[in-house]
Amino acid sequence: MQDLAVNLGIDVLFKGTNFIRLLGGLWTALWISLVSVAISIPLGIGMGVLMTKKNRILKAVLRVYLEFIRIMPQLVLLFIMFFGTTRAFGWDLSGEAASIIVFVLWGTAEMGDLVRGALISIPKHQYESSEALGLTNTQTYLYVIIPQTIRRLIPLSINLITRMIKTTSLILMIGVVEVLKVAQQIIEANRMTSPNGAFGVYLTVFLLYFIACWPISMLAKYLEKKWS
Amino acid sequence: MDLNAIAEYLPLFGEAALLTVKLGILGIIFSIIIGLICAVVQYYKVPVIRRIVSVYIEISRNTPLLVQLFFIYYGLPKVGIPTDAETCGIAGLAFLGGSYMAEAFRSGLESVDKIQTESAYSLGMNKMQTMRYVILPQAISVSIPAFVANVIFLMKETSVFSAISLLDLMFMAKDLMGMYNDTVEALCLLVGFYLIILLPISIVGTIVERRVRRAGFGS
Amino acid sequence: MADALLTIDNIVKRFGDNTILDGISFSVKKSEVIVIVGPSGCGKSTLLRCINALEPIQDGKITLDGEVIERNSKTLPLLRQRIGMVFQSYDLFPHLTVLDNILLAPCKVQKRDKEEVKQEAMSLLERVGLKEKAKSYPRELSGGQKQRVAIVRALCMHPEILLFDEVTAALDPEMVREVLDVMLDLAKQGRTMLIVTHEMQFARAIADRIIFLDNGKIVEEATPDEFFDNPKTERAKQFLNTFEFDSVRAKKELAE
Repeated sequence: MQDLAVNLGIDVLFKGTNFIRLLGGLWTALWISLVSVAISIPLGIGMGVLMTKKNRILKAVLRVYLEFIRIMPQLVLLFIMFFGTTRAFGWDLSGEAASIIVFVLWGTAEMGDLVRGALISIPKHQYESSEALGLTNTQTYLYVIIPQTIRRLIPLSINLITRMIKTTSLILMIGVVEVLKVAQQIIEANRMTSPNGAFGVYLTVFLLYFIACWPISMLAKYLEKKWS
Repeated sequence: MDLNAIAEYLPLFGEAALLTVKLGILGIIFSIIIGLICAVVQYYKVPVIRRIVSVYIEISRNTPLLVQLFFIYYGLPKVGIPTDAETCGIAGLAFLGGSYMAEAFRSGLESVDKIQTESAYSLGMNKMQTMRYVILPQAISVSIPAFVANVIFLMKETSVFSAISLLDLMFMAKDLMGMYNDTVEALCLLVGFYLIILLPISIVGTIVERRVRRAGFGS
Repeated sequence: MADALLTIDNIVKRFGDNTILDGISFSVKKSEVIVIVGPSGCGKSTLLRCINALEPIQDGKITLDGEVIERNSKTLPLLRQRIGMVFQSYDLFPHLTVLDNILLAPCKVQKRDKEEVKQEAMSLLERVGLKEKAKSYPRELSGGQKQRVAIVRALCMHPEILLFDEVTAALDPEMVREVLDVMLDLAKQGRTMLIVTHEMQFARAIADRIIFLDNGKIVEEATPDEFFDNPKTERAKQFLNTFEFDSVRAKKELAE
């Protein structure tokens, strides 16, 4: 049993505070994504509503923003923010701050598109029949449109959280000490005593991400089914 | 901005872009194959295999590519499975992409009305013929928007390949920034090349989508 | 019964605890037209689907010309080729043109010569008045036109018997006639047909025999004239009454 643990490099996890350190790294990834989602949702709702407005220039600007953010790999965005803007504007930005800014820019774009999609998917006759019932504009939104869009949006926004969490794995590349970075450090420090550490530790990181994301995905799936 | 530096680095970035495209395309091809198999297994509710497929899909969708790659590239050799960087990149992308493609195809298959299968059966077609001539052609046209989104998503995901020491675009950019401090130039090249790779896919995707929608299969 | 083409022998069909068909037996002779009527949910559509083995049966036997129709048997696709079926709606393949819809099974399943099938398809289309629609897609057709194409598609397989499952139920009223006319024409040609329908006048005109189904059982089996003029059972009378409307005006006048 002992041998197997050494061979698979699982023993490293039980040395000292290694496992706790990994969890600490995961927590960094989680709080960065949660903060980013929390900021993205209100901004995204605002953007989504603006995108349904008739103003041509506004629409074009938002469109370009959305398309650029969506077509660029998140890692490229992280590089631009962390290396590019600090260089170009001479300010100082920590890896965490750069990550949150990029995730918020990205989350706002995604959320905005979801909100826009949900708003335009409400059939016109819903507005018309509300009007026919004598509801005011505000009442129509409050009692008819918003409840319907929220049901569509909640599962999709929950999915956005898992996408954020998964994307946090990238911030290692701009020097944030998150779970993968901690894993690297642990493997490096125990290189002599546990040469196979890479297997056990990376497998653990893999499972940690799964444990963090899977329940959230399941919740989104459940709500989607329940409300569709 | 130092245009000379850009000119100097252009060929290197070009090569890196080719590597990105090559690995991306191979990974996507395998994703499509895995995705099709998984989708058909789920559609026919093949016992046992269907459970395995759904476990795979959950694992693949709920873990980041970078972590998958680290495990395949640094972890697997420790238990006697040697991996070289390119194979590893393709395998990682296929492992991730397979589940996304499976979901796209499955929703396409499920969108085909049951009566279509029944009328094919009642014309004497067997399962294979029904799948090939009746269900797949309809399912594929429904899957196209999700399929195009997946292709773009997977191409973007290749950006993490530099982490397993593949000399891709990100690697070049990092190199240029680290060695010569040409940050702005490096980032411009990076963005430029990703646009060259991804914009055409996005545009072609939009055109295909529009054409399919105009053909308006279904009722 | 020696000359029976299709024999249904005491079949039972259940969905869970629900018995849909409860010991149905009858047979169809060559060139015979049988119409099955009954209230909604009486199991008449399920019966047709069982004959084509689209639904499994829990007991009993269905044979076509002596060969047993069984789900999951190797010969099922062969037997199904000999049974033509037309559904209520949406059964044309939307990604194929009208002509390709018709050609698909004869060419790919029966491996017949494409040109020969094409000629046959065109002459059948002409017969149902849709020759100029051969290159159209199903979405460009009206409901009645779609159903006529579906009938031609079934005919091109040269089936020995045709099953019609409420083929006019989803149509706008003005399109019902054109489809029923095609079916009357087929009956005149001596085709063997098993029809489920809600069109009572049509049933009376086309049927050699009427089978009245209720609660999964055959309640009455008779010639059309007998069934419609002198139904023997109370349930058949009640069922036929649902097609009658008392004049409201007459009642109002009586009340005054």
